Amino acid sequence: MIAVIEPTWYLLLAAMLFGIGAFGLMVRRNPLIMFMCVELMLNAANLTFVAMATRLNDINGQTAVFFVLVVAAAEVVVGLGILVSILRRRPGATADDLAELKG
Amino acid sequence: MSDATFLEFVVFFSAAVMILGGAIGVITMKNPVHAALGLVLTLFGVAVQFVAMQAHFLAAVQVIVYAGAIVVLFLFVIMLLGVDESMDLSIEPIPIQRPLAAVMAVGLVGLVGAAIVRARDALIIAPGDGIATAADAGTHDANIKQLATNLYGDHVFAFQLTSVLLIVAVAGTVLLTRKWPKDAADTESSDA
Repeated sequence: MIAVIEPTWYLLLAAMLFGIGAFGLMVRRNPLIMFMCVELMLNAANLTFVAMATRLNDINGQTAVFFVLVVAAAEVVVGLGILVSILRRRPGATADDLAELKG
Repeated sequence: MSDATFLEFVVFFSAAVMILGGAIGVITMKNPVHAALGLVLTLFGVAVQFVAMQAHFLAAVQVIVYAGAIVVLFLFVIMLLGVDESMDLSIEPIPIQRPLAAVMAVGLVGLVGAAIVRARDALIIAPGDGIATAADAGTHDANIKQLATNLYGDHVFAFQLTSVLLIVAVAGTVLLTRKWPKDAADTESSDA
């Protein structure tokens, strides 16, 4: 049984979700919110994977989503670890202040 | 239009509203806790879409791992650091940053959307037993069984590598966030 709604709809929805995430990533200065925007973009990619798996009738798309989940979890853990160690020294630091990391 | 088709449209559009509303909440909320709750809304919407596309196992994993573990991790960090005060969103550090970002995002969505609409008929749905569903296979765990066969068969090496990745991530995070006794004393004296 193939879903009645065409995968095209899901792809358009994923494109919009990715666009919102990309906009938030470029605009927001709070590093935590920026991580959430990365999560939004990863979810858009997941939605595309599953939609194309349905369309091409291929289970490999769903397996790819599984790996994306693992990588997203690892990325969040490392990213939040870095964030904690930065914000512990400089409370209230924004993404612009992180230029101090250089040199 | 049959009742089942109408129901599928209702599910799709209500989940789409959940996803987009939550995403807009993430990027517009001043308080990080509210943004995290918007993220939960989006993740649940994506899980609903997974169920609608017969990916039942992924829907469960989406709720458990994303909405459960990752968002809780975000909330932990927000509480731990005490950064849950509202931020002033009217500050714009680079003058034309927001219009430029809006143009880029709209252009991105427009281009990708145009490509999707154009390629609408390019891909045909392949016949055959590509994806097992509960209705076809007669068992309720058809999706899980097929996914497990694929994951532990074709992708077993990549699966092993993900465990290495997780170990490295955990070890790296422990190293990053640990308070080194000597180091801490140095920063205390330099800050003072």
